[in-house]
Amino acid sequence: MSDRTERSEGRESVPSQRRTSDRPVLSVEDLTVTVGTRRGPAHAVAGVSWQVRAGETFALVGESGSGKSMTLLAATGLAPRAATVTGRVRLLDSELTALPDDRRRRLRGRHVGFVFQDPMTSLNPVLPVGRQVTEAAEEHLGLSRRAARDRAVELLDLVGIPSAARRVDAYPHQFSGGMRQRVVIAMALACEPDLLIADEPTTALDVTTQAQIVELVADLQQRLGTAVVWVTHDLGVVAGIADTVAVMYGGRIVEQGPVDAVFDTPTHPYTRALLAARPDPSRRGEDLVAIPGAPPSPLDLPPGCAFWPRCPVRADPRCAHELPPLTPVGDGHTVRTFYPGETP
Amino acid sequence: MARFVLRRVLQSAVVLLGVTLVVFLLLQLVPGDPVRVALGTRFDPQTYEALRARAGLDQPLPVQYASYLGHALTGDLGVSFRTGQPVSRIVLERLPATLSLAVTAVVFALLVAFPLGIVAAVRSGSAVDHAARVFSQFGVSVPDFWMGIMGILLFAGVLGWLPPSGYVALTDDPGRWATHVALPAVTVGLVTASILTRFIRSSVLEVLSADYVRTAEAKGLRNRVVILRHVLRNALIPVVTVVAVQLASLLGGVIVIEVLFAWPGIGRLTFDAVQARDYPVLQGAVLLVAALFLLVNLLVDILYARLDPRITVR
Ligand SMILES: Nc1ncnc2c1ncn2[C@@H]1O[C@H](COP(=O)(O)OP(=O)(O)OP(=O)(O)O)[C@@H](O)[C@H]1O
Ligand code: SF4
Ligand SMILES: [Mg+2]
Repeated sequence: MSDRTERSEGRESVPSQRRTSDRPVLSVEDLTVTVGTRRGPAHAVAGVSWQVRAGETFALVGESGSGKSMTLLAATGLAPRAATVTGRVRLLDSELTALPDDRRRRLRGRHVGFVFQDPMTSLNPVLPVGRQVTEAAEEHLGLSRRAARDRAVELLDLVGIPSAARRVDAYPHQFSGGMRQRVVIAMALACEPDLLIADEPTTALDVTTQAQIVELVADLQQRLGTAVVWVTHDLGVVAGIADTVAVMYGGRIVEQGPVDAVFDTPTHPYTRALLAARPDPSRRGEDLVAIPGAPPSPLDLPPGCAFWPRCPVRADPRCAHELPPLTPVGDGHTVRTFYPGETP
Repeated sequence: MARFVLRRVLQSAVVLLGVTLVVFLLLQLVPGDPVRVALGTRFDPQTYEALRARAGLDQPLPVQYASYLGHALTGDLGVSFRTGQPVSRIVLERLPATLSLAVTAVVFALLVAFPLGIVAAVRSGSAVDHAARVFSQFGVSVPDFWMGIMGILLFAGVLGWLPPSGYVALTDDPGRWATHVALPAVTVGLVTASILTRFIRSSVLEVLSADYVRTAEAKGLRNRVVILRHVLRNALIPVVTVVAVQLASLLGGVIVIEVLFAWPGIGRLTFDAVQARDYPVLQGAVLLVAALFLLVNLLVDILYARLDPRITVR
């Protein structure tokens, strides 16, 4: 009981602290992920750097297969066994990449919450939802089973599940998709994490529910001051909730910067194509519309600019042979192309 | 739950009725006259007719079947053509031998297959995984009677640790029962274990790649907790069925093994009844096996409903 009082006091005081803090919650430096496959090494992530601060939302966008999920999984020690990860990842004060698995596991559980794409498959079908929501808190905060159950009700209530006290012992199949994603969000928040990683959390949901989930996370972030990394195909969501956005292409970040800057003055030909492809910027729920051609295979990344085969600018043969450097084009706004802002 | 059980029991009764009909009809098709076989060299027409009449074999088929059913309902399954003893007693006498062999074999198989299958999946590609694959391959491809003979030669012959064959009832002398059951149970159990190992391995492997396992890992749970609470709880649900099917088939008696080890169980009884054309005994044995099979199935359904919350029982 005392446990709970302490916790709720803690929760109210934390946000202000967190918002004033300026050090990054997570910083990723030159991360590469190479997955060994039967057909050779796949360069899923080919050197990315970014960071996210407390209270801030960092959006990661890009076509399917561009390496968004792999970046996040590798950064938090969840990459598949066949993957080799290099680079430096810092979570709060710890250098994650230098830690043994067990330390990294405990830091991840305690400080990072995950929301995955498909709420129909990301919950264990044979465990009551309440148990799943708080098992991380049992593990990392030493909550007793009893305290954990009370906390589960509290969390389910927080994410807007009606009659939480009654539903805490229900199983996932007894919830709709949107409600399950709320359960997953409650689960991600169980240890009051400093960082929430949401990997396409609304892709599997219908449009109305998508909007509700986006709103819920934005609201919780306001109240809890959590740093959020949001992976999405939906540029409307990026414009609505993100502070910073990074556009990934072929395992690399091709453009990164404050959302306003990137949306107002998109500089990389790929970003420009993405934004131009949106039929109506005010409309939500649009996937990235296809740009002619296909993204490069991670098994066979070109030596130069990965976008070259599809690039409408393509001004120079050196695009094909030489990797363009990340160039600053504004305040915190960087871009990886030889021809920033060029139109065909 | 009570209604579910009641409904399933009624269903089982209907199936059992069907079994009696099928067995009854099949026996009509088998060539050979059981009464003639029973009389052997003592054949004379008068005794023959008298025996046929006593067994009701001179009646039309539907009458024979109805009378068989009527008696069966009261527990009277007729008398053996060969010994004249009541079939129900003969069959029930053989039950403990088969039951104790089947259960011991399955317990042995579980003790081997669970750790082996789970470790093979969790450490797939490791030495344990390869060992498990060789073991399963061996178990399913080597005939059980050959394994039984090798077992007898080694443990009874060369080493002299175990008796080569024979049966002692568990209730008479547990120690001697154990030494007698060891060889046949391990022989049968090895085959079951190799089937189970394979199945458990693939079931665990499949669950390991499930999204909810990644969710559990993302929570920073200890590996042991992820495996026990999230992987095994899901992976073992389908294993229940396979274990039950194995157990049920062993309850039918393992004819070759029971004959090889002189184990007086249902399998041995069936074998002898077929050879002697002792139809009432054969019918009784098949009926008992079918009843056991249905019972195991019923228990599995109940267990399933307990293990998997997605199954609702009504
Ligand atoms: N387990 C794996 N083994 C081999 N390659 C993998 C594995 N997981 C991902 N990859 C490869 O890594 C690359 C990056 O995949 P990733 O899942 O990060 O893409 P993504 O940007 O998240 O795409 P999506 O929008 O479809 O989720 C892909 O080309 C994919 O083929
Ligand atoms: S570097 Fe060349 S090919 Fe690549 S995006 Fe810029 S202009 Fe296009
Ligand atoms: Mg992804």
